[in-house]
Amino acid sequence: MSAQVQATDQAILVGQHFMSGDDACAEGAIAAGCRFFAGYPITPSSEIAERMARRLPQVGGIYLQMEDEIASMAAIVGASCAGAKAMTATSGPGFSLMQENIGLAFMTETPCVIVNVQRGGPSTGMPTLIGQADMMQVRFGSHGDYAVIAYAPASPQEMFDYTIKAFNMAERFRTPTFVMADELVGHTYERVVIDPAKIELVSRKRPHVKPGERFWPFEPDPDLVPPMALAGEGYRIHVTGLTHDERGYPAATEPEIQERMLERMLRKILDRRDEIVEYEEVELEDAEVVLIAYGSTARAALHALRLARERGLKVGMLRLITPWPFPDKRVAALREAEIIVPEVNAGQMAREIERWIRKPAHRVNRLGGELLHPDEILRKIEEVA
Amino acid sequence: MALDLREVITEHHPEDELLREDRIPHIWCPGCGLGVAVTAYIEALKLASAQIPLEKQIVVSGIGCTGRVAGYINVDSYHTTHGRAIPFATGLKVANPELEITVFSGDGDLFAIGGNHFIHAARRNVDINVICCNNFNYGMTGGQVGPTTPEMAITSTSPYGNMEEGFNLPYLAAASGAVFVARWTTLHFRKLRDAISQAFAKRGFTFIEVIAPCPTSFGRPNELGQGLDEMEWYRESCVIDHQANLREIGLSMRKDSKIVVGNFLDIERPTFLDRYQEVMKRAQAAGGKR
Repeated sequence: MSAQVQATDQAILVGQHFMSGDDACAEGAIAAGCRFFAGYPITPSSEIAERMARRLPQVGGIYLQMEDEIASMAAIVGASCAGAKAMTATSGPGFSLMQENIGLAFMTETPCVIVNVQRGGPSTGMPTLIGQADMMQVRFGSHGDYAVIAYAPASPQEMFDYTIKAFNMAERFRTPTFVMADELVGHTYERVVIDPAKIELVSRKRPHVKPGERFWPFEPDPDLVPPMALAGEGYRIHVTGLTHDERGYPAATEPEIQERMLERMLRKILDRRDEIVEYEEVELEDAEVVLIAYGSTARAALHALRLARERGLKVGMLRLITPWPFPDKRVAALREAEIIVPEVNAGQMAREIERWIRKPAHRVNRLGGELLHPDEILRKIEEVA
Repeated sequence: MALDLREVITEHHPEDELLREDRIPHIWCPGCGLGVAVTAYIEALKLASAQIPLEKQIVVSGIGCTGRVAGYINVDSYHTTHGRAIPFATGLKVANPELEITVFSGDGDLFAIGGNHFIHAARRNVDINVICCNNFNYGMTGGQVGPTTPEMAITSTSPYGNMEEGFNLPYLAAASGAVFVARWTTLHFRKLRDAISQAFAKRGFTFIEVIAPCPTSFGRPNELGQGLDEMEWYRESCVIDHQANLREIGLSMRKDSKIVVGNFLDIERPTFLDRYQEVMKRAQAAGGKR
């Protein structure tokens, strides 16, 4: 198992704060032990970079502003290979540029955290306004097959909490993880409570043998996660984005090695999906209509749920905290209910939900730029109830 | 006098300790210059090993024929994505300043897809070494035109001649902020090895261009002959001039042209981490733990 410790870091801002989601994300990263941030300014995530630029030099960490998001992503993979807990933050256009080295992080099993404060797209889209349209890009955006761990925080407090969790999962599984925020949650100011007693930190597994002894950098333990040797420790490792064997050596023309290595990389996450998946249930016990929502949209959905309950309608909500891995079993168990999926895109998570409820969902969509109004969701509830 | 071959042919190659023996044979073609460049690097690693232990030496490559260097050298080695070796190495270096990091990659990788990263890393003066094997084309993919292909040279995607001018790499590196800039060919083995040793000793962003034959993909269409013919041509046309005006040392690779080589630039400038130390002091004095 990877090492678990209680957070004792003096850098943690203990106490209660009135803080934006972006700032809470940066503080969560620092509390998680992040000491390397590489990024490129982009609305609406720039405040994360700005806070890291101010805070990291105070706590002995490195802030590096790169020439673009391609370089930012490459730099955090490099820093993590040297042992740093590393993060970058961006929005849609930058997230597109990062896809290349996100693939490298998966293939080389390098832990790191990527924050996407989503805005309206495609292309430059709506830089200052909300979008939730990168939910499939985070799942499939880089080429090839890979398994994703992504969180969708719905408040500044969750920006803090789930940034820490993203680091812990990245370290535990040796994988990049994602915080899929949105403009609204990034720019909302709310109370954030930081209590070190509640913060548990996980660090990547280290080699079981000393340098000089036989060590294969991609030979897994029984949990399918290989211990990680860092650059400069003397293990003389080779790490490549090519298909490679357990020694780390290229095997780019050997389909059986591709099969073995890639299957393990998928299974190390998917076999543990029950330990990763998180969701929140609201009044599902007697619900005949169920809202499935995530991020800021879940807050509008919750308000609509309250209004509907006041009118005697049996409505519940399943809030996706991890859109990926998708809580498939929980969603499948809701298939008897009428399912409403509000989201600020043309219907992305709705497609995944429909695969599991095996019928069309009632979709409520806004294509970007503003949050769905609770009244719009309420109207859909009344229509299907 | 008869030569006793048993004394000449040994079981191990003299560089075996620093080669990943189990990965040999390599993928490079007969006559390719990369073997010479790798040997020069390995010799420099050995010469520096009293000052820089081998476990602190790291090699990072991008993609392409030169990109495969990382896979053959028996130190910690990272084979990254196309063009991204420099930003990857930047992350490695600033996260662990004890490492001596050398980016070993090709002209297409470093100066076409990776060109932006090169100029910014030089500007930042990140303390890494960049060795570029320049063979004037994309060898691995079959000899396409690249950012250093000389004008009117024939490649598989410039079949009637290249209409673009190639980069003058030492000039670009110096203008971007590198503190050490050299150019040698694979003929100048000892000069190249010594330049790499100098780069190891130097703090800051260093750049060495290694002109290397690619008889298979670039030599053939341009009638440069075999690898050995190209080495002979280097001998005839190279001029060592450490004080050369860098503006004037662009390469045409025509048989009648000169190739200016040398250690052109060696200056001092604070590195990224030097200045970052200053920034950390200010941050800690001003804000402390907040």
